[in-house]
Amino acid sequence: MMVNVLFYVFGAILVLTALGVITARNPVHCALFLVAAFLNSAVIWLLLQAEFLALTLVVVYVGAVMVLWLFVVMMLDVDVEKLRQGFTRYAPLGALIALVVAVQIGLVVHVRKLGLGDTAAAVVDRPADHSNTQELGHLLYTQYLYPFEIAAVILLVAIVAAITLTMRDRPGQKVQDIGKQVAVRAKDRVRLVKMDAEARQ
Amino acid sequence: MNPASITRLDLVLATPEMFLLAATCVILLGDLFLRDRDRWITFVLSLLTLAGVGWITAATGFTERTVGWHGTYVADPLSTLLKIVACGAVAVAFLYGHGYLQERRILKGEYYVLGLFALLGVMVLASANSLVTLYLGVELLALSLYALVAFNRDSGVAAEAAIKYFVLGSIASGALLYGMSILYGVTGSLELGVISNAALQMPAGQIGLLFGLAFIVVGVAFKFGAVPFHAWVPDVYHGAPTPVTLFLAAAPKLGSFALAFRLLAEGLGAVHATGWQDMITMVAVLSIIVGNVVAIAQTNIKRMLAYSTISHVGFILLGILAGTSQGYAAALYYTITYVIMSVGGFGMIILLSRKGFEADSLEDFKGLNARSPWFAAVMLMLMFSMAGVPPFVGFWAKLVVIQAVLDIGSLWLAILAVALSVVGAYYYLRVVKLMYFDEPTDKAALQGGGGAMRFVLSLNGLAVLALGLYPGLLLALCARVIP
Amino acid sequence: MTAPDFAISLVYIAYALAVLLTFGAILTWVERKQAAIMSDRIGANRAYVRIPFTQVKLIWLGLFHGMADGLKLLLKEDFKPLAYDKLAYALGPWLAIVPVLLVFAVVPFGGTLDPGRLFPSLAEWFGGRTYPMQIAPIDAGILIVFAFSGITIIGAMLAGWSSANKFSLLGALRAGSQLISYELVMGLTVLGIVLIFGTVNLGTIVERQSGTVLGFLPAWGIVYQPFAAVLFLIAGIAENKRIPFDLPEAESELISGYFTEYSAMKQGVFMLSEFIEIAVIGALFVTLFFGGYNLPWMNDTGFVFPGGHAVPLSHGWVVVLQLLTFLGKVFLLCSFQILVRWTLPRFRWDQLLRFAWKFLLPLAIANLVVTAVALWAQQA
Repeated sequence: MMVNVLFYVFGAILVLTALGVITARNPVHCALFLVAAFLNSAVIWLLLQAEFLALTLVVVYVGAVMVLWLFVVMMLDVDVEKLRQGFTRYAPLGALIALVVAVQIGLVVHVRKLGLGDTAAAVVDRPADHSNTQELGHLLYTQYLYPFEIAAVILLVAIVAAITLTMRDRPGQKVQDIGKQVAVRAKDRVRLVKMDAEARQ
Repeated sequence: MNPASITRLDLVLATPEMFLLAATCVILLGDLFLRDRDRWITFVLSLLTLAGVGWITAATGFTERTVGWHGTYVADPLSTLLKIVACGAVAVAFLYGHGYLQERRILKGEYYVLGLFALLGVMVLASANSLVTLYLGVELLALSLYALVAFNRDSGVAAEAAIKYFVLGSIASGALLYGMSILYGVTGSLELGVISNAALQMPAGQIGLLFGLAFIVVGVAFKFGAVPFHAWVPDVYHGAPTPVTLFLAAAPKLGSFALAFRLLAEGLGAVHATGWQDMITMVAVLSIIVGNVVAIAQTNIKRMLAYSTISHVGFILLGILAGTSQGYAAALYYTITYVIMSVGGFGMIILLSRKGFEADSLEDFKGLNARSPWFAAVMLMLMFSMAGVPPFVGFWAKLVVIQAVLDIGSLWLAILAVALSVVGAYYYLRVVKLMYFDEPTDKAALQGGGGAMRFVLSLNGLAVLALGLYPGLLLALCARVIP
Repeated sequence: MTAPDFAISLVYIAYALAVLLTFGAILTWVERKQAAIMSDRIGANRAYVRIPFTQVKLIWLGLFHGMADGLKLLLKEDFKPLAYDKLAYALGPWLAIVPVLLVFAVVPFGGTLDPGRLFPSLAEWFGGRTYPMQIAPIDAGILIVFAFSGITIIGAMLAGWSSANKFSLLGALRAGSQLISYELVMGLTVLGIVLIFGTVNLGTIVERQSGTVLGFLPAWGIVYQPFAAVLFLIAGIAENKRIPFDLPEAESELISGYFTEYSAMKQGVFMLSEFIEIAVIGALFVTLFFGGYNLPWMNDTGFVFPGGHAVPLSHGWVVVLQLLTFLGKVFLLCSFQILVRWTLPRFRWDQLLRFAWKFLLPLAIANLVVTAVALWAQQA
């Protein structure tokens, strides 16, 4: 009962914040709404007793991904109005497509229920000291070890790719070379010129 | 011993992958300490790694289908064959590309490292036995390729190509993942064998299954670069540095074949007739038509070869849509021959290029015969083979695919394929005409490529001929590895 | 959740809040006094309270300075920049302080409490139930710590961005990149402890530090993971944005970084949150590496010294000793962090990031690998 109430409360907030993400005019506000949406979905996962996943969601998405996202958004100064200029022109077409897709999804999911009769298992209640983390860890490092390792390799590739594409010497790059700075002598930089005194004109 | 733990068999099964990963990491680290002029060490190490992987794969090659790693990994003759061919294709790609990159001073160790990671992705795909492994293999391959395409940072065209590839590729991966998750929801398992059984027991036209299937077909078609998901192919082939294009045209196609075979044939074989046959038919027919017709209008040879790739993919899909072992074997045979031909074709572009000059226009092949009769002959063999002229290997590839289609009674498909092959022959033969009957604009002798590259390229051309004269060996091999 | 559980939770929360806010207030004073001692000055000694109708001024070593500051901040005018982003500007301070307070929810500040034994008159109401002295004794405690400390990054970045000030924005960007980098190091060092104790539950981690190693050494995390302890402390100080890692608010470069444009109590909230963070980092360090509430050779029944000599204690004494031990250790750690601040100069920005990524991170990974291999060797 309590869980159901909480689910609907947080679900409603989740939907509202998700709407906020796409309707807010300021990109930083969009990002903020997204953070709120992540937090709410984390709560919903908590209600499903998946605390490890919920917390990982917060750690990864709120603590890392969104921070980097904010970084970009703050530095770019996106002019949202400009981006939206063509919006009204394409809005009818977009609405039409959205409608068609929604109807299709509705037909498939609701009317025929995707044939999901009873394959969805019910949530099993666990005792309070049940360690979600341990269970997941056990599965990841035995049954899913192979995919897990490949996922790790994918992250490695992402790092290698990112560094390859960004780390390079290009002309005009401003870098500080401490060694050169320290090695500078006054006579390399300053030329003292002797001048005769001049009368004010 | 815990029943869910990793056994010795699992480790033996994945030895090639583990060796490749370890060696790649060593190369990645070692390369950090190399100066630019010592970069050949990375190159040699990469080739040694490839040789090692090939040898290990052959040595541990399982003749029986063996499933390990808790149902996520499968080793069978098919995976062994795909892995070995992929190793070879990557090795040849490295060999062709080395001099090119060195001349342009864009040779970085990451080219090899990312290439090896892409190979790992192909290998993962080749022996994937669950949806997770398949998806991760696709991503590993794709991510490495995105980075490779953008590899030449000072080229605007390459950056544009990479962005297009990345954005479209992510959407396709998303579609694939959606399809997989729906499939998982409907069948309740990630393992292909279990999915196959579950699909068999479901009534025909089970809507959830079809719903997921549609997404999966989209994903597979995109990874192949088949129409209507082909928009990225010409731009990426054109924009990427030629060695990367060459890479892109080779090993990843084997990965795409593995993806299609594992997912559609092994996982969803049960819904072949009621589900994906029609979808793939559409994709295949469109690919053959669009690929062959649009290629005629191209003046850039990289773009022309890109469209020809699209049409070849159509042929591969023709084999797959037959749904018979004969059809799969034909598709596999076609894929392997395509890899050999396209590696040679792009190798020729590299050979003709030199520092500050990119031989990627059709004009650049004018009068090649006068400049180098031997390599004009090699190009002639490659082009004839791609066009499907006997006795070259491309002819047999087209023949077995059309045979497979005829065997399932699709006469119209066969007629269409033959008709468009004739259309396709036009633009391949145009290259031959340019080489032999036009006056060269540039009379200098060929400069590109070192001795090793010229030797391998010659072998490559001869292989097309030899495999065409003696098609039985490879054909039998392909037929044997498909269960 | 029954009424007694609820009551106990309320008491815990009140205790935790009281401890944290007191620490926040006291530390402002400690910082001044300790700095003064270290630089051979007298330090804050001007604020006083006069007992009404007498001439007796209570100075108490300047303890009232914190109070005076608090009052001043509360009563000051709340200046706002001309062009600022209302939503983000208002959210900033909250996102900076609330998660810090919440982190404390999973930190065990005492052993097991048996309220029935402590207050015999209430024994019936509690029905013999015992409670671990921890607000939220949940399994994934360490993850909660990282989840919430991740949110504080967003608070700092929002504050800096919304102020419409270049200094603030620079501070925000610095804060974001610094916190992310050092959080990584922190996470990896904590993994060593997780490996040793085999759990991510902070309560269990502390329990497993109650025994002894080799018969006399307390089985604290720092004994198993001395290396990780050092790394954790360094990363912790960096997470606090304190000298030598105070680049986001380096006053000589950025005025006061991301909260330059905040005034009155909003600025006070940022200050307070930083002092509370000192305490929270101290508490985490104590929990993970210094045996939490455990005194050496003490268990739930009393002392058992290495020679075999035992001194039994009543439950009330045990609880009080554990609470005091925890507070004492946390205070020591806080004092150490202040000591570092007044000892070291500040990094340069590139040095700071390089230090994290090229020095601390590899060390943390090495530590993790060595720990894993050692454990594996021990089990095999």
